[in-house]
Amino acid sequence: MIRRFFLPFVTLLTAIVFVGRLISLQLLNSSYKLLSDGNAVIENSIYPERGYIYDRNQKLLVSNQPVYDLMAIPENITLFDTLELSKILGVPKTELKKQIKTAKTFSVKLPSIIVGKISKEHNAVIQEKIWKYQGFFLQKNSVRNYPVPIASNLLGYVSEVNKNDMKRDNYYRLGELIGRQGIEEYYESFLRGRKGKKFFQKDRFNRIIGSYEEGKYDVPKEGAQNLILTIDSELQRYGEELLKNKRGGIVAIEPRTGEVLSLVSAPSYDPSILVGRKRSKNYRKLALDTLAKPLFDRGLQAQYAPGSPFKTINALVALQEGVIDDKTAYLCQKGHYYARGMFMECHCRPGTKNNLLSGIYRSCNTYFANTYRRIIDRAGENVGEGMNIWNSHLKSFGLGNYLGYDLPVGKKGFIPDADYYNYWYKKGGWKSATVVSNAIGQGELLTTPIQMANFTAAIANRGYYIQPHFLKSVSNGVLDKVYEKKTTSIDSIHFEKVIEGMFQVVERGTARVAKIRGVEVCGKTGTVENFMKIDGVKTQMTDHSIFIAFAPKDDPKIALAVYVENGYWGARWAAPIASLMVEKYLNGSVKRKWLEDRMLNGSLLAEYEKPYLGKPFVINE
Amino acid sequence: MNNNILYRLDWWLILVYFLLVSFGIVNVYSATFNETLNGIFDISQPVGKQIFFLIFSLFVGLIILFINSKFFEQFATLGYLISMLLLAGLFLFGKTVSGATSWYNIAGLSLQPSELAKLTTALMIASLLSKFQSDLSTIPTLFKIGGYLFLPFILIVLQPDPGSALVFGSFFYPLFREGLNYVYMIIFFSILALFFVTLSFPIGIVIGIISLVIFLLYFILKNLNPKIKNWPFILSLILSIGFSFSVDYIFNNVFEQRHRDRINIVMGKEVDTQGVGYNINQSKIAIGSGGLKGKGFLEGTQTKGDFVPEQHTDYIFSTIGEEWGFRGSFFVILLFCLLIFRIIYQAEKQTNKFRRIYSYGVAGLIFTHFLINIGMSLGMVPTIGIPLPFVSYGGSSILAFSTMIFIHLNFDANRLNDW
Repeated sequence: MIRRFFLPFVTLLTAIVFVGRLISLQLLNSSYKLLSDGNAVIENSIYPERGYIYDRNQKLLVSNQPVYDLMAIPENITLFDTLELSKILGVPKTELKKQIKTAKTFSVKLPSIIVGKISKEHNAVIQEKIWKYQGFFLQKNSVRNYPVPIASNLLGYVSEVNKNDMKRDNYYRLGELIGRQGIEEYYESFLRGRKGKKFFQKDRFNRIIGSYEEGKYDVPKEGAQNLILTIDSELQRYGEELLKNKRGGIVAIEPRTGEVLSLVSAPSYDPSILVGRKRSKNYRKLALDTLAKPLFDRGLQAQYAPGSPFKTINALVALQEGVIDDKTAYLCQKGHYYARGMFMECHCRPGTKNNLLSGIYRSCNTYFANTYRRIIDRAGENVGEGMNIWNSHLKSFGLGNYLGYDLPVGKKGFIPDADYYNYWYKKGGWKSATVVSNAIGQGELLTTPIQMANFTAAIANRGYYIQPHFLKSVSNGVLDKVYEKKTTSIDSIHFEKVIEGMFQVVERGTARVAKIRGVEVCGKTGTVENFMKIDGVKTQMTDHSIFIAFAPKDDPKIALAVYVENGYWGARWAAPIASLMVEKYLNGSVKRKWLEDRMLNGSLLAEYEKPYLGKPFVINE
Repeated sequence: MNNNILYRLDWWLILVYFLLVSFGIVNVYSATFNETLNGIFDISQPVGKQIFFLIFSLFVGLIILFINSKFFEQFATLGYLISMLLLAGLFLFGKTVSGATSWYNIAGLSLQPSELAKLTTALMIASLLSKFQSDLSTIPTLFKIGGYLFLPFILIVLQPDPGSALVFGSFFYPLFREGLNYVYMIIFFSILALFFVTLSFPIGIVIGIISLVIFLLYFILKNLNPKIKNWPFILSLILSIGFSFSVDYIFNNVFEQRHRDRINIVMGKEVDTQGVGYNINQSKIAIGSGGLKGKGFLEGTQTKGDFVPEQHTDYIFSTIGEEWGFRGSFFVILLFCLLIFRIIYQAEKQTNKFRRIYSYGVAGLIFTHFLINIGMSLGMVPTIGIPLPFVSYGGSSILAFSTMIFIHLNFDANRLNDW
């Protein structure tokens, strides 16, 4: 009996054990489902094409271009002529071998990049011959493209994220791109869009074998936005050309809207050198140029003494505080003693009597030194209060602080107040004569070119400015940003008198070179003393050349500040450049070819070399 | 009695057979599915070959049904001889696939003579035991049968294909049914138990367990029958301990690492999911992720991703578990139980000893494959590469097992006809 039932019994027993095992594996244990998903599902990101950037006239500034990565699946590589391939690719043989070895250690079955970012042109050559090399193929990729080689610092560039980026924002994964500097950084989220997710089914070698559950869990990518900037690319290009072989910055603003028309920093570079295979090499070169500092945006980051253009603001403050009127006049004897033994020079002829108007167009130091001293001495109960009143008027022009514009870099500049001088001279240790340099925009004052352009716009507007900005609109039309209108603490009636002075600067004053036929230009020159430490010795360098301007006088369309480092004096470089910019912008073309040629071809490189030649040199010659 | 064999055939068994082979084809199709498949009759693809072999098997089966049952008994010795020659011939003409020379390559089709040997050995053993002078209690008969089993065993081990060779152990069941002494069964299972105990525990504990079990047996049996002698206990104690030591020695010094690993994984000693344990682990993931209803036909991610190696052959059960879930797996286990029970039931009804032993041998063979193959897929038995009869991909396997079933059907249908 037992013999007959032995096999049926064992069979039944086995079946029961198997069913029990199946119950425990399939019905009671849910971890296997997760394990199989982890095995078989791969999540891939899909990226929207990065947004384009246009100028204010819809002219394309930044787009994308295809590049090609040479990929290889090590498993499929057969014996090949390394030397020939390295010649085709233009990559050293050892480098090629190293890359293939690295790819092998990563995976023999998955593709790795052997040579990245091959240009379209080079690709055509490689494409013809790549069939000979089994296991290699070209994969399309995308990098930034710059149809016009301008505004590199303003636009910024794109590169792969690093560890810090990923720590700061967990959106990013290794190998993804992020905007750096300028518009690319500031409007990263607009330009980037939002990546989508696609789930694929993979096999045991991680090869994709199809979509997972017909894409049920996929997340669609969200479109990137195209940006329309306030920049006028023609004006921008022109400004960059004018500053070629010089150092400095130009900031031009449309006064009525606060839209920045151009932001020029010189020296500059072609933005397309920061694209593709040579990006890191070129970037290092730019970053290591500590003399010319091409990555340093002089329009936003350079803090200079404002110089004589600052006299316009001092005049406005004095008028507002009622310490002068347009008839108040001072005698200038090629300068004046503002304290015992302390003489401030002026270029007025001896015996010139200047009122507000002529004080401005002759840029009389004597007139403004006295005016400034009146502000400090009379505006408040004491010099400290006077100083703070002056300081708060200045701040209402956006000086001494960031302007809130939409770029990631900037400097505050500096406007001194009573506390500052109390700290340096002790309370009561200073009087108006001590700080009289501020009258002519020297002394402790520091401003950036964009601040200068902004206060010029405020003068052009007769008392207000709109927060300067670079973004005009985005392609989907949604821009929940209202640019603040900021009113200065100066009543608008006072502006006309100063503006008339600025008009006369161009008509018959220090900057007649800036006159444009048929356009009423208002401006103010500046010549700023500056110093440099050479071998530890404070040495005076050739003066900076400055000019602020706006035009037309009664319906201002453009306000700008031009700063040319070591450009001798205001009317030599900055005023002509500013004038050409205005002419270009308002008339579309420039008639004064002689002036244009002089500016385009002029170079100050010799000036910049002086301190490094190790020889004695003269300045302002 | 109806003369037409079709009326006397056991259609229940045929139904179970067809359910298994069809389900097999469905799962082989899924396990080998790829985009380049040109329909299921594409002979260059596994599923096309499988269908081809199935049709061929049915053709052979049909012929078998109309052959006089007595032919098989007469043919047994010749068939055995032919299959042994084919096994031996492998050493000269065989094709080597992944290290084992187990195939003949004929007209693009691979044929595995070890599958045929299972059939012919079943016939041969039945033939030997049914001779009236055979007596399983005599040493010469035992030796004779042992020899006939050992020949295919050793030829297959030398291929080397130890998995297929191990299957010949399933003739234990018909032998036991026909009166093999209990002692052999006890020894057989004691050895098995001792083997696993030795591998699971340190040798000291094993000796403790052995001593304890034998002492208990001694006291119980001594109480029941005080006349019982002492020496068998002492002998078995000595032999058991000696066996434990030798197993321990063999396992650690004779076995290769891959053998040790396979056993260790099943014993749960080492969890190495990327190396040797990879197959078993992936198979368990596939089956476990199937849940109650399964992921659906062609929807198995483990199957599509080729995570389980040899999935269309030895690991076909993992496809079933993944795509058809608990319900499909249960169904397959149920079908195998029905098949085995039905064959045994019909074998017991046979009055002809040769046919009874043959059918019993077939039931034993199917059971052994069922036990090892599904047990391996579920991670309960060491990795032993043998197919799941009727279901796994493999032309020789489906041909051999179909032939076994049809011969059994012939015997069953003609049970009352002659003799």
